[in-house]
Amino acid sequence: MSASVAIEFKNVSRIFSVKQEDQSGDVKAVENVSLQIRDGEFFSLLGPSGSGKTTSLRMIAGFDRPTSGQILLYGQDVSSLPPYERDVNTVFQDYALFPHMTVGENVAYGLMIKKVSKIECEKRVDDMMDLVQLTGFAGRKPSQLSGGQRQRVALARALINHPKVLLLDEPLGALDLKLRQQMQIELKFIQQRVGITFIFVTHDQEEALTMSDRIAVFNHGRIEQIGTPAEIYEHPITQFVAGFVGVSNLVSGEVAKRITGSDVKFSVRPEKIHLGMLGDKPEADTFIAEGKVRDVIYLGLYTRYLVELDGGGDLVVVEQNLKTTSMDVMQARGQLVRLFWKKEHISYMGD
Amino acid sequence: MPSKNSSQSGGERAAWPLKFGAVGAILFLHVPLWLIFLYAFTTEESAYTFPPPGLTLKWIPQALANPAMQSALYLSIRVAFLATITALVLGTLAAAAVYRYDFFGKESVSFMLILPLALPGIVTGIAMRSAISLIHIPFSFWTIVIGHATFCVVVVYNNVLARFRRSSNSMIEASMDLGANSFQTFWHIVLPNIGTALLAGAILAFSLSFDEVIVTTFTAGNQQTLPIWIFSQMLKPRNRPITNVTAMLVVLITALPILFAQRIVAGSSDSEGGSK
Repeated sequence: MSASVAIEFKNVSRIFSVKQEDQSGDVKAVENVSLQIRDGEFFSLLGPSGSGKTTSLRMIAGFDRPTSGQILLYGQDVSSLPPYERDVNTVFQDYALFPHMTVGENVAYGLMIKKVSKIECEKRVDDMMDLVQLTGFAGRKPSQLSGGQRQRVALARALINHPKVLLLDEPLGALDLKLRQQMQIELKFIQQRVGITFIFVTHDQEEALTMSDRIAVFNHGRIEQIGTPAEIYEHPITQFVAGFVGVSNLVSGEVAKRITGSDVKFSVRPEKIHLGMLGDKPEADTFIAEGKVRDVIYLGLYTRYLVELDGGGDLVVVEQNLKTTSMDVMQARGQLVRLFWKKEHISYMGD
Repeated sequence: MPSKNSSQSGGERAAWPLKFGAVGAILFLHVPLWLIFLYAFTTEESAYTFPPPGLTLKWIPQALANPAMQSALYLSIRVAFLATITALVLGTLAAAAVYRYDFFGKESVSFMLILPLALPGIVTGIAMRSAISLIHIPFSFWTIVIGHATFCVVVVYNNVLARFRRSSNSMIEASMDLGANSFQTFWHIVLPNIGTALLAGAILAFSLSFDEVIVTTFTAGNQQTLPIWIFSQMLKPRNRPITNVTAMLVVLITALPILFAQRIVAGSSDSEGGSK
């Protein structure tokens, strides 16, 4: 047990028993999950809804308890402690601000409960309001703030206790795209500034890739893969990860055998594939496939080609529009092409 | 909120039969009340002639000084007060349980809580009387309180449950997350958020209890609450104006708090609507 592990899951399961008229049974929200989150890390739990990521977060916060297994916070087993005895704080998806209190009182709530002296309390509230760039908003009511501002208040309120770990439950979900991107950068900045471990739940793979030091990809209550954004993106180890994080071409069976010589299923990212003419000579260590361009979608920054391979199967290829114009790419439709990609750019699927 | 005022911007005007009907219904409901107010000031002792032969204020001090009326009023206030307190505690607890937890028979519990309000008072009254005699509790002040509490609990329960359903559940989790235990969370977060619902529920419960006749008739011993005293006075031909003065008093005691409660509830729902 090294001191640098902030949160550890040891074979954690959470099973809900469902009683409905037509059926009753157990739903395994989280199934035998083990993972370690390091001190100071920005760690994302990524997955579709119902994959167990939020349940995992709620078990760290103490709103839910594991059916079996242990959750350790800096080595201490907190599995059965109530939320108010755990040194973690949460930013809620709906912000959960207290409507009857001012922004300042909301932020100061944790300190008020701890009976911190008024002078220190005021100073720390001011510091927090500065940190989230809401200086001067302390006297307002939450109902007078915009969504983005409420988000910042929720963040300040959760950070003021200096928790060991900050939990964020899809906090950017309700914001519009521009504001979300801005908050992503800001959250990352704040995390580096306060040096607290952030655990971030999201279903948005781009968000997870942008912000995280490491990502755990959840599916059906299990972790499919844990790794850095680059590892997850470049080398997905399961079909689910390949499809959920970014876009992938999945190739299997006969088609795979024709390309690689073995029928093991593999994935390759569309942007790794180079679109060439029929006679082009391949470089060393590349795979080759030939086919006909069936569809072209011009997207400004890049163009997406759908190539129908000779002898069955499709591959999606994405090329940046460095020299080409929309006129050029439209003429690509129906052309015979040769596709190359480096052998290191494919990932074999374990399952 | 802006959509509420659509009638101002060239909305339709009500057709005259509708207006006529509305005014008619209001008159039908309110003219008898005005008559009671009017005859509280008549100079006649026992008869109702229209118009009253003369007006006087002399009945007001006489009514207020009447010892029977005083003790009835005092009893009614004490009963309403205790029934309201009981209702506040039980109604809030029941609403919290039904809102927060899933348990066996939850729907039935909810239904049984609401039932006393829907049930005819006479049924509640008979049921309470048999139950109370069955377990040999003497009919007294306390049995009146228990009888009133049965339907007062509903009012508080409904109000508080509605408020719980409108407020965000994660607020309670947020409070606990920030270090507050259950009591601190209730005191700092839950109570301020259901405060107006409690006040409105309490005022309604008080008014319901204050003018209740039927259940009281069955659960009282030889006590006379104010409405029952008034009813007994109706049978006596003398001192009618005293009864009318008292009736006027009852109207004021019950109507004003209800108006007040309505304003609280309306005001708070407006501000909550604004935040979500």
